[in-house]
Amino acid sequence: MTMRHEQVETNSALMLLLILAVISVGGLVEIVPLFSINETIEKVEGVRPNTPLEIRGRDIYIREGCYLCHSQMIRPFRDEWLRYGHYSLAAESQYDHPFQWGSKRTGPDLARVGGKYSNQWHVQHMKAPRSVVPQSIMPNYPWLLTNDLDYSDVADRMRALRVTGVPYSLTQQEYDANVKRFGPTVADQLDISKAEDNLLKEARDKNFDGIPGRVTEMDALVAYLQSLGTMVDFTKYDEGYFATFR
Amino acid sequence: MSDNKLNAAQQSGAVQTTGHAWDGDLQEYNNPLPRWWLWCFYGTVVFSVLYWFIYPSWPVGQTWLKGFGKVDYTIVDKKTNKVEEREQRWNTRALLLADLGEAANNEQRKAMLSKVRAASHDQIVKDPKMMEFVRSVGKGLFGDNCAACHGRGGQGVVGMYPNLSDDDWLWGGSMDKIHETLVQGRKGFMPAFEGVLKPEQLDDVAEYALVLSNEAKPSEASERGKEIFQGQIGGCYYCHGADAKGVPSQGAANLTDKIWTIANVPAQKTLQDKKAVLKTLIANGVNNTRIMPAWKGRLNDDDIKLLAVYVQQLGGAK
Repeated sequence: MTMRHEQVETNSALMLLLILAVISVGGLVEIVPLFSINETIEKVEGVRPNTPLEIRGRDIYIREGCYLCHSQMIRPFRDEWLRYGHYSLAAESQYDHPFQWGSKRTGPDLARVGGKYSNQWHVQHMKAPRSVVPQSIMPNYPWLLTNDLDYSDVADRMRALRVTGVPYSLTQQEYDANVKRFGPTVADQLDISKAEDNLLKEARDKNFDGIPGRVTEMDALVAYLQSLGTMVDFTKYDEGYFATFR
Repeated sequence: MSDNKLNAAQQSGAVQTTGHAWDGDLQEYNNPLPRWWLWCFYGTVVFSVLYWFIYPSWPVGQTWLKGFGKVDYTIVDKKTNKVEEREQRWNTRALLLADLGEAANNEQRKAMLSKVRAASHDQIVKDPKMMEFVRSVGKGLFGDNCAACHGRGGQGVVGMYPNLSDDDWLWGGSMDKIHETLVQGRKGFMPAFEGVLKPEQLDDVAEYALVLSNEAKPSEASERGKEIFQGQIGGCYYCHGADAKGVPSQGAANLTDKIWTIANVPAQKTLQDKKAVLKTLIANGVNNTRIMPAWKGRLNDDDIKLLAVYVQQLGGAK
């Protein structure tokens, strides 16, 4: 016993390996089984990957560090239920890479902010938060309205996400599978070859930033925010259903 | 310990060392752990085994040990609309259901809510008990859902969000109309008159609008504006009405009062500035900037009813 102790303590490489083995037990037991457990992701309809415009909006969300103050994870507690709505499902962030869960809430949770406010409110609030919420401590983001959106690499971004398992389609076969899974309208949005056209069309049709004829970073960010938490129609499900997955 | 004095037991050699020796003579005592501590430790080990059986624990293949723990909850079944007692294996989602069920079953709340649900608007307003309930629940709902645009007290922001604390309603101030606004949302619209009217005609209509609300005295310009307003060129009366008192079904504002929801006329000091902001508004119109989201689906029917009463009371109620 004494001898073996000494071997470990005097051999730093061996000690490092043993430390790694011990501390990875927690991760192995808690995380790895989720990949094989059937009920990890709830079976619900309506969750789709982001459109090209929403992808760029999400990139801007991450670039501006929104996640430092806003989580996107409503926990199953009564107070959160009352304030934010239905708790977040694993299914709702299945296409997020990286996910935006978290517990750092300097600002409110945004998991269900989609549809809660008008586009114009978001634009005004991003430009000057205190003009609509006097007690807010959020910084101003006026450049989102003046910066034109760089969408030149949106197809590459979709290719990268495809590698992580998000079903953006490159081949006819993948496209057909998406039509079956999400319907033709969504499948078109997931077609990488049409990425740029789709992005411009969505930005122009819906004109999120209120500036016709221009596609700004605000267009993308508001498009993304308006999509958050809106994909699952909770009126279609019995509430007890979701409790059977945990 | 800094002076390295040894106690009696250590001096006598009764305490063992770990057997290590560093630097030639540096040794480490191996003092036994206190008994009470050790037994507590063994206790936690035994408890952890019990814990595995009561709560969800170890992963096993494509499933996991689900535990014997149970949560009972009551819920209103969506299909049959009946209150059901159910049992679910222990998890945090089931605990939430139990918590929500308990809150819904709180006798006082349940009694008040069913009373409010059954009552007509007049009955609610006349009953101080019910109004107390509406105010206390409504305040939270309003703060969570409405205050971001309309402000904490419903004061709104001129140019963007209507003031709810006056008794002037763009889409109608009856309980039914406010309820409708909440359920389906609203989309304010006014066509842009730039290009339709010449710049001097825009001036005239702006002048007339100021006369309507007693900001300016009638003049030749306002008379010309009146013709445009009431005639086919401008056609303003389609939505604002021939008497310019507004048409709630169109969300068209009453132009004869001193309340301004889009052009911030009261904030302008000179008549010239007042006219300028009005002219800009008439030229650009309103499109896609005055949108109230629909709350059906996000809030349940009870919440919407409570909010409708709360909001109407903010405005003093007709």
